[in-house]
Amino acid sequence: MNAEVRVARKASDYKSDITPIWCPGCGDYHVLLSLTKALAELGLPQEQTALISGIGCSSRIPAYTSCYGFHGVHGRALAVAAGLKVARPDLTVLVASGDGDGYSIGGNHFLHACRRNVDMTYIVMDNHIYGMTKGQPSPTTEPDFDTALSPGGTGLRPFNPLAIALASGANFVARAFSGNVSETTSIIVDAIRHPGFSFVEVLSPCVTFRPDQKVWKSMVRAAPVAVTSDPARAARRLMSDDGFNLGVLYRGDRRPYKPGMGGQSCDLTELEKEFEL
Amino acid sequence: MAEVSSISVAFVGSGGAGVLTTGGMLLEAACSTGWSGLLTRSVGPQIRGGEAAALVRLAARTVECHSDRFDLLLAVDWNNAHRFDAEIPLGSESLVISDPQGGPVPRFVAAAGARIVDVPMKDMTKMNPEWRPNMIALGAAAKLLRFPEDALQRLIEKRFSAKGAAVVSTNLAAARAGAAAVEKLDFPLRLPAPRAGAAKRWLITGNEATGLGAVRGGVRFAAAYPITPASEILEWLAPNLPKVGGVLLQAEDELASINMVIGGSYGGVPALTATSGPGLSLMIEAIGLATAAEVPIVVIDVMRGGPSTGIPTKSEQADLNIAVYGLHGDAPHVVVAPQSVADCLFTTQWATYLAEALQVPALVLSDQFLGQAQTAIERPADVAFVGRRLRAEHISTPYKRYALGGTDVSPMAIPGTPGGQYTADGLTHTERGTPTSTVADHRAQLDKRRDKLDRFVYGDHWATLEGEGELAVLTFGSLTGAAREAISIAGASGHAVRLIAPRLLAPTRPQEMAAALAGVKRLLVVEQTHSAQFHAYLRAHYDLPRDTRVLNRAGPLPILAGDICRALLAKEAA
Amino acid sequence: MKKQADAPKIRSTADLFAVAYQIEADAVDRYTMLADQMDSHNNPELAAVFRDLARAEGIHAEEIRRLAGKLDVKGRADKVAKWKKTESPEAVELGAAHYLMTRREALQLALAGEQRALAYFQQVAESVADPGIKELAKKFAEEEAEHVELCHRLLKKYPASETAPFDPDPGISQG
Repeated sequence: MNAEVRVARKASDYKSDITPIWCPGCGDYHVLLSLTKALAELGLPQEQTALISGIGCSSRIPAYTSCYGFHGVHGRALAVAAGLKVARPDLTVLVASGDGDGYSIGGNHFLHACRRNVDMTYIVMDNHIYGMTKGQPSPTTEPDFDTALSPGGTGLRPFNPLAIALASGANFVARAFSGNVSETTSIIVDAIRHPGFSFVEVLSPCVTFRPDQKVWKSMVRAAPVAVTSDPARAARRLMSDDGFNLGVLYRGDRRPYKPGMGGQSCDLTELEKEFEL
Repeated sequence: MAEVSSISVAFVGSGGAGVLTTGGMLLEAACSTGWSGLLTRSVGPQIRGGEAAALVRLAARTVECHSDRFDLLLAVDWNNAHRFDAEIPLGSESLVISDPQGGPVPRFVAAAGARIVDVPMKDMTKMNPEWRPNMIALGAAAKLLRFPEDALQRLIEKRFSAKGAAVVSTNLAAARAGAAAVEKLDFPLRLPAPRAGAAKRWLITGNEATGLGAVRGGVRFAAAYPITPASEILEWLAPNLPKVGGVLLQAEDELASINMVIGGSYGGVPALTATSGPGLSLMIEAIGLATAAEVPIVVIDVMRGGPSTGIPTKSEQADLNIAVYGLHGDAPHVVVAPQSVADCLFTTQWATYLAEALQVPALVLSDQFLGQAQTAIERPADVAFVGRRLRAEHISTPYKRYALGGTDVSPMAIPGTPGGQYTADGLTHTERGTPTSTVADHRAQLDKRRDKLDRFVYGDHWATLEGEGELAVLTFGSLTGAAREAISIAGASGHAVRLIAPRLLAPTRPQEMAAALAGVKRLLVVEQTHSAQFHAYLRAHYDLPRDTRVLNRAGPLPILAGDICRALLAKEAA
Repeated sequence: MKKQADAPKIRSTADLFAVAYQIEADAVDRYTMLADQMDSHNNPELAAVFRDLARAEGIHAEEIRRLAGKLDVKGRADKVAKWKKTESPEAVELGAAHYLMTRREALQLALAGEQRALAYFQQVAESVADPGIKELAKKFAEEEAEHVELCHRLLKKYPASETAPFDPDPGISQG
């Protein structure tokens, strides 16, 4: 981040003038609020912040902010973001995705983004469904949830994305709930401030295809333990995680991956020397 | 009062008005009566509550494209209806039923000079809160179109009886109120009498027909990933494949889907996946693998607006290039394109048959227009195209999976067959299947894979060839219907025009195409692409007449019969 | 009320003016968002309801600013008007919206917001010692009580028997 005079910013400074197309009642409206409040609290210049996304309802979010945005192809946002951050380490890079885009087609990139630990913040709006394609199961959908593509339910055990992130080496792992705007805001602030790959799973109900998720409001709770920097302790906590414990689970101290872009600059003739006869 | 061959009706509305359901009910009521029809829809970007238009064309005979004018437009409300201005062309003869409380009438309606009549559908529901404006509109439409009295009644009973008698009678009452509201209106168009005693027909969409065609062709394993506008194929297969002993797996992405399908087929089970442009791009490498390893698979591409993420809910034909040319290396494979909703069934079944017979990937280029259109079709005849793979059984000599000399297609050992063990490979391989890099092996296998396709007898199904004359229209896929209608219009003014619509796009058929084009002095190539991909493809592989014109337009609007006819008959090429 | 534990600390009447102003300003933002959502999902009736609510809250905000005299309520609000756990009382729950929601449901949301605001000012009035702040808090509480009354009156216009809307069309696959 460039050193700048800190101008007091408001959340509304980070919103674009485009009205989101999300269904009224969508949890993502709250996430947009939390994200813009977080950026305001950090005072990040909009032009220094990039928001990368894939495909899905959640991935529409870049156009609704006034940051630099990239609405890429399905599941590859983390790769685009890694490329951007390595080429331009001065930018603040944020990535937005959903459970389908991020954990299904994006699963491979998720593993490697955690492992590589480039300094960025990954916000996944998890609604346990594929919303944009009208209601197929995602890797976090409950096994008995009936859909057209999985009559009677998939019968498959859902992922625990926090466990995957932790095991793969993410440096910051947290869960939030979209309806708790203030809490989500501070988790996002914490995530952005924390160096390395920060992963925030935000439970964000789908009002259209998962009206049953109205109960999430009453199912989420503050995690019964404080954040830890011991990955083994964090892993043990995840054993008894039912998917509704909120808060920061793990804050690690791995060094972010930061190859020195723009470091040295020698004359090209130096490079040509090895070919000389 | 004039009897016309077809009448086009549109319903528009938003925010829960239910116009898509209404259009579907109108089509079903008409088709149950013995008429035919085509229903497509246009929608806004919202997942629910958006502005929507149901576009219905009714006729006595099959219709496969929309008309260039809508005769009747019923607006439950006008919210954001301006979005549909290019898709609902109106004229001064058109009748518009408008709810005065539905918002201001859009400019395109007024500008057309259409006759606008107010029917206070919303107000009418105030008297009877259980009534819905869309049912009132449906009743009005049925009345104006002179449906038989009981046509709508039978449909409403059928649709709503599960919800109880009260719901049935409420909806009937609303529909009757709509009919009463337009009783005095003069709508001077009339369809010919519906065919009495018409053979049992089906109401079906292109995507459903595709799924059924696959099952008829022998597909019993499917792996897929949701994508607009192909998901309905998967949603039909998911509950129906198990009923015939098959399985559909939802994969984590398209890369997994295509590889799962290859795995299933390697195991001996005819297998299929369905996707759209972005997914096909992902699958390209694995399709090449199946081509090289000679594993039969069927890949449905329901084309949508491109490039890249493009316009997911609209139709285009611009995946042609990637379908025929997309594989790296020289990897000839089969590409077919269905020409109508009914043909989605036949072509998918045929593709399954071809894939299995030729041990090759068969790509089916459907598109959003066909995939999501609903129409009435005659019950498709059971055709003999059921996938049957040449299997290696009772193997006594050392098994050569890719044996040369003999039939072009070499018998395939299915795992479980004693003595048939081999390793399938994308690496260039010998007859036995082991990796090689020699000139002789490479060329021999390339020849084998090319010759098995080129020498196969595809029969008349390779193309639809109709009519005679020195003029011809050459097109493919969903534009075939519009081309056929254009030719009919041209014929009415004394021009004899042929229709040439290849169903088999790859491998090319030079002899058959030359025969089809013999005597053609002026050719019009029609396609829904921005860069005229089909024309370039034809030029590369076939000899075309000197006077060859191209009518190519990108989506999202369909190319209509009138456009084609004008381009065909224009004095000079555009 | 347990929610008040995260409410901003009031140390002066200036603080209270700022917080009261922010409550109304947040309400304006929230109702405007909901109105825009209803517009883009073709529910002009509900869009109108939310715009009316936004307008009313805007008027309240202006009154507070006028009452505050020379004080820069906006500037002060940016510093002190922060809720730690919840949002400010009249920022109605976005998750409760629905493209088919009825006017009654919209007003119930508004009523809940006004009730939360009333409870907040009552709690301030009870807990502060300073008589100046207490007086002002009571005044604001009275104002909110009137808003609550107004919501009740409006709700009478939309009785519960309004038929629950439903949409026969399924969701549209967009990607």
